[in-house]
Amino acid sequence: MTLRVPDVPTSEIGRVFREEYGRAVAVLVRVFGDIDIAEEAVQDAFTTAVQRWRSSGLPASPAGWIITTARNRAIDRLRREASREDRYARAALLQARSQDSEPAEEGPVRDERLRLIFTCCHPALATGAQVALTLRLLGGLTTAEIAHAFLVPEPTMAQRLVRAKGKIRDARIPYRVPDDADLPDRLRAVLAVIYLVFNEGYTASSGDRLVREDLCAEAIRLGRLLTELMPGEPEVTGLLALMLLTESRRAARTTTGGGPVLLADQDRTRWDRKLIAEGQSLVRACLRRNQPGPYQIQAAINAVHSDAPATAATDWWQILRLYDQLLALAPTPIVALNRAVAVAEVEGPAAALSLVDGLAFDAYHLFHAIRADLLRRLDRSAEAAQAYEAAIARTKNATERAFLQRRRQELT
Amino acid sequence: MKRYLLSIYQPDGDPPPPEVLEPIMRDLAALGQEMKAAGVWVFNGGLHAPGTATVLRLQDDEVLITDGPYLEGKEHIGGFTVIQAPDLDSALEWGRKLARVLTLPIEVRPLADEADRCDAPRA
Repeated sequence: MTLRVPDVPTSEIGRVFREEYGRAVAVLVRVFGDIDIAEEAVQDAFTTAVQRWRSSGLPASPAGWIITTARNRAIDRLRREASREDRYARAALLQARSQDSEPAEEGPVRDERLRLIFTCCHPALATGAQVALTLRLLGGLTTAEIAHAFLVPEPTMAQRLVRAKGKIRDARIPYRVPDDADLPDRLRAVLAVIYLVFNEGYTASSGDRLVREDLCAEAIRLGRLLTELMPGEPEVTGLLALMLLTESRRAARTTTGGGPVLLADQDRTRWDRKLIAEGQSLVRACLRRNQPGPYQIQAAINAVHSDAPATAATDWWQILRLYDQLLALAPTPIVALNRAVAVAEVEGPAAALSLVDGLAFDAYHLFHAIRADLLRRLDRSAEAAQAYEAAIARTKNATERAFLQRRRQELT
Repeated sequence: MKRYLLSIYQPDGDPPPPEVLEPIMRDLAALGQEMKAAGVWVFNGGLHAPGTATVLRLQDDEVLITDGPYLEGKEHIGGFTVIQAPDLDSALEWGRKLARVLTLPIEVRPLADEADRCDAPRA
């Protein structure tokens, strides 16, 4: 007797694809030692899955099905090519055979995705290549999607990916989680890539929309994955908390027209309480470990903001103390600039302005925007107007520019 | 094992004075011994000044000779080491040691070996 299985909608298969693509590619990379073979095999398997699962329903373990199907398909294809004297095919087959004796692919002990993340974010690859590879291989984004997200022509992005994969293969960048001595540096590179994806989504550096939600969602997904894979690293947890707390304000930080709303002016009832609760509980977990790092402290600063039911109730003194700690760990001009904003609230705009004026940061639009705001609060309108002009000239984001122009016009 | 070329990029002009150069050359020799002991070393060499180079170039049917290095510039390859290593991380580790000893930029580049010849650039 055959049971009638309800049709599986394509969206359900799409969900499996997003969730399992990275895992499947990572396993197949280990099996064949080659990214292109792995990607092609996994895409083949998903194409078959779309046809089969629609009528037969999802298998018990979709990931296992994809991985097994992809491996078998790839081996069949490589056998055909190996008989035609293709060295690559032979090498990949040899590698696959040597892996056959290893235990099944979905063991909970070792997740291949962790190795692949470290390969994608290898310091021998340029940052742009690291970002593209991570989104492509772990995130399962298409080349077109990545190109679109970073406003790069698709052929350019395709070329970037081909070059990066070629370098991994030809220079033999290993698929390996770095040993303890190298781990802090290498992990920093991975976190930087994820945070860069998030920030690109949060404040698109150019273009006419302020937020590209897809990139934020993808960065958070990667952050969750890394937290799951490296639960013992507080900075990993800190980055996830930072992204969740930042993301919680998304609905409130743009007007209906898409323009930005400053933190102080946001309607706090529109903040996502669920994300805040999750982010704050991660921050507390970090604090208990007492191994502070830049992401954890930034998350803690955001947690303090999230605690205040109204702008006036913000605990600026605590925020300033956290910025002091952050500046000691990461003495960058950006941190110093953000700290000055907290100083303005605790000690007044004059003290903040003297700090800001001590920073040589001419190319950064927010430097001028913050200066402009401090000058405005000190009733130095003419200088404030000049600073707004400088900020306007330095942003490529259309909605931010419109916002700054409005602030400029509001000066009396 | 994969082979890597470690190229040493050196500013043109006179070498540093002996009191600077001698300890560097001593450390370099020690690093060479370390590479040999580890079974990493394949070949190495130092080069004479870029001004001693001669470039040959086929034009139509004739091979033209020009005096001087192929690329104009203020820095040229002053020496190189070929090593064999299991992967790039290992090669970079040796390159890092070389950079520390010489305080000069080191370019690490994989050789297109037998195993991956089908992907080698075709001349």
